[in-house]
Amino acid sequence: MSETTLLSARGVSLSFGAIQALVGVDADLWPGEVLAIVGESGSGKTTLLNVLSGRAAPGTGAVWYRTPDGQLLDVHTMPAPALRRLHRSDWGFVHQDPRQNLRMGVTAGGNVGERLMAQGSRHYGHIRDAARDWLVQTEIDPKRIDDLPRTFSGGMLQRLQIARTLVTHPRLVFMDEPTGGLDVSVQARLLDLIRSLVARFGIAVVLVTHDIAVARLLAHRTMVMQGGRVVETGLTDQVLDDPQHAYTQLLVSSVLNA
Amino acid sequence: MNNAMLRTEGLCKAFMLHLQGGVRIPVLSQIDLDLHAGECVALVGPSGAGKSTLMRSLYGNYRADVGRILIRHGGSMVDLATADPRVIIAVRRQTMGYVSQFLRVVPRVSALDIVAEAAMARMHTLATARGAAAALLTRLNIPARLHALPPATFSGGEQQRVNLARGFIGGHPILLLDEPTAALDPANRAVVVALIREAKARGIAIVGIFHDAEIRDAVADRLFAVTPWQDAA
Amino acid sequence: MKGYNFAYLDEQTKRMIRRAILKAVAIPGHQIPFGSREIPLPYGWGTGGIQVTAAILGADDRLKVIDQGADDTTNAVSIRRFFARTADVATTTKTADATVIQTRHRIPETALRDGQIIVYQVPQPEPMYRLEPSRVETRRMHALADYGLMHVKLYEDIARLGHIGISYDYPVMVNARYLMAPSPIPAFDNPKMHMMPALQLFGAGREKRIYAVPPYTEVRSLDFVDHPFHPARAPHACGLCGAGDSYLDEVLTDDRGGRLFVCSDTDYCETRRADGQVGAEGVPVGMPGGAVEATQ
Repeated sequence: MSETTLLSARGVSLSFGAIQALVGVDADLWPGEVLAIVGESGSGKTTLLNVLSGRAAPGTGAVWYRTPDGQLLDVHTMPAPALRRLHRSDWGFVHQDPRQNLRMGVTAGGNVGERLMAQGSRHYGHIRDAARDWLVQTEIDPKRIDDLPRTFSGGMLQRLQIARTLVTHPRLVFMDEPTGGLDVSVQARLLDLIRSLVARFGIAVVLVTHDIAVARLLAHRTMVMQGGRVVETGLTDQVLDDPQHAYTQLLVSSVLNA
Repeated sequence: MNNAMLRTEGLCKAFMLHLQGGVRIPVLSQIDLDLHAGECVALVGPSGAGKSTLMRSLYGNYRADVGRILIRHGGSMVDLATADPRVIIAVRRQTMGYVSQFLRVVPRVSALDIVAEAAMARMHTLATARGAAAALLTRLNIPARLHALPPATFSGGEQQRVNLARGFIGGHPILLLDEPTAALDPANRAVVVALIREAKARGIAIVGIFHDAEIRDAVADRLFAVTPWQDAA
Repeated sequence: MKGYNFAYLDEQTKRMIRRAILKAVAIPGHQIPFGSREIPLPYGWGTGGIQVTAAILGADDRLKVIDQGADDTTNAVSIRRFFARTADVATTTKTADATVIQTRHRIPETALRDGQIIVYQVPQPEPMYRLEPSRVETRRMHALADYGLMHVKLYEDIARLGHIGISYDYPVMVNARYLMAPSPIPAFDNPKMHMMPALQLFGAGREKRIYAVPPYTEVRSLDFVDHPFHPARAPHACGLCGAGDSYLDEVLTDDRGGRLFVCSDTDYCETRRADGQVGAEGVPVGMPGGAVEATQ
């Protein structure tokens, strides 16, 4: 394969006191690829997501991101303004709790439009059109564009967060348990929405989940983490149907019909 | 000999069950299979001999322990046993289709779009892909009123026919069929036999597991025996 | 005045404030922390402005102090007298004659010129304080020029009201870099800040911040292409001097609904009337608007 990686991590380790949260993790992500990081609570998967996205600095090791013009940036040594710029344009971050990302006192339209305005969009009509378009894309009634998020259901809030994140057409989105805490029926709808949006716009995703079914539905490749280490990585259906590592076998066997 | 579409060389596969105290269960041993364009090879052997394991290994769903699985992909031979996951995904997208026994349904996606999505790999617009999908579903006796529904509520036979439509519409040069007619009535079995024959006529190479001897005889050009693992001891 | 240093503050404090001012001038629109002192005046009455004025005042300066445009309101009178007594500087009500103008809530109508300094009293220096409660976060937003949030506020106004609903303390971008609160001047005054020949200094006593706009610096009011900034004024002419271009105060003249619109800038109004301009309502001389205190 001739194309180059979008994001690469090498030898990433991080300790919190005596606790080793990450031990020598390598990871690669190619453009348009969905990579799932699975594991139980405390396996280091969320810490890894934070390190990959520049939100937490590793103790040792490095993470590189390749810009659209082919420049290779070290995520943890680049200037803070540049990283911030990445986070509000090329990158996106979808939190498990949408309230962490949304502005609950700002209308749905304002929430979706913020990233556009942060990028310098100064035409109210265009911002509003884009917001309306993204509400439709995320299956929110565009009539609710001027409603406050606090009047939205949990599933709608999560879809609003996705609209807010994708409005700038990011190339890379980090997702932390995007369907956690939602009812099963709401989860299914959201997963399908994420799946189709990611495929339609060719977005690369690093997805952290404890739910193997989510990894199977969304991810091309899956990394299995245990105790801060990557114990197995590969094609998602291969990892889940023919797990090699004892821990992966345990993880897969504890789920019904994953 | 070397114009094979698919070839395995010394393919071995065993399962290591860590949760059962590290028991190692060998299933496939030294499989050498050749498959050429336009032919249909039927895997035969007693239940538990490893026919499905071989199919899944050929598709890259199971990891081969030893040996090579060579696929003619984009003008060159790719070894699935060692290929990068992204290469396997590309092979599945462009070269090798798979019809499993059961349809893994995606919530909320209609039968029509499940099939159309598979057709998008070689069709340029969603409209043409949907048109072709509707035609194939209709041919497989899925009435038009069901096309817009997600297949989660369909009967086993209907789900399998959706699965078949998805497998055949992609036009992959290699097609793997795992018990494609198991839940079908005679009329639909006849449709499947016709689809397989048409595919072969177009030069598509097929490996299949056919439970039904009648169908196997109707479509297979040759048989490939998968024998149960012989205890070496 | 005996027992006090020139202009009340001790020299060390004035040097500290001057250093903050120099830094503020070097980074237009950026808020510089300073060690705000106790001033014989309550917070909110101009403690920040007084400290800045005290630090820059020299013996030859001529000081003008206005509150809401007027030279004759209590606060303006008190501050002017404070410096007349502690620094023995000349004072004036004439915008054109002043070298230093301390102001609350207005910029004079008469255009300021080279060599003048205008000192704004600032209650809240952080333009995003209603939007982002964390000062750590707003500081980071300034550092990264990450001002999408401020535009979100404008967007929300248009979505709810149909127009930008900020009528005073209307946020501006200074030198295309820093978002700045212009202090609670009416949005009508914002355009006067742009490329102003005079030096503009801002002092916030309670919040302990000083910032500045050097002469001839770009100052743009935030807006949208399709909802441009609009400096609003009451659609009337001044009842006393007839000016149609000045910012107006509404004065109730009786309890039967009688109203009078007059220039908020008393010096501007008086100068026009002295030149013979008379308002359309034909108000006789001696009505509200005359200077109470003669200072020269």
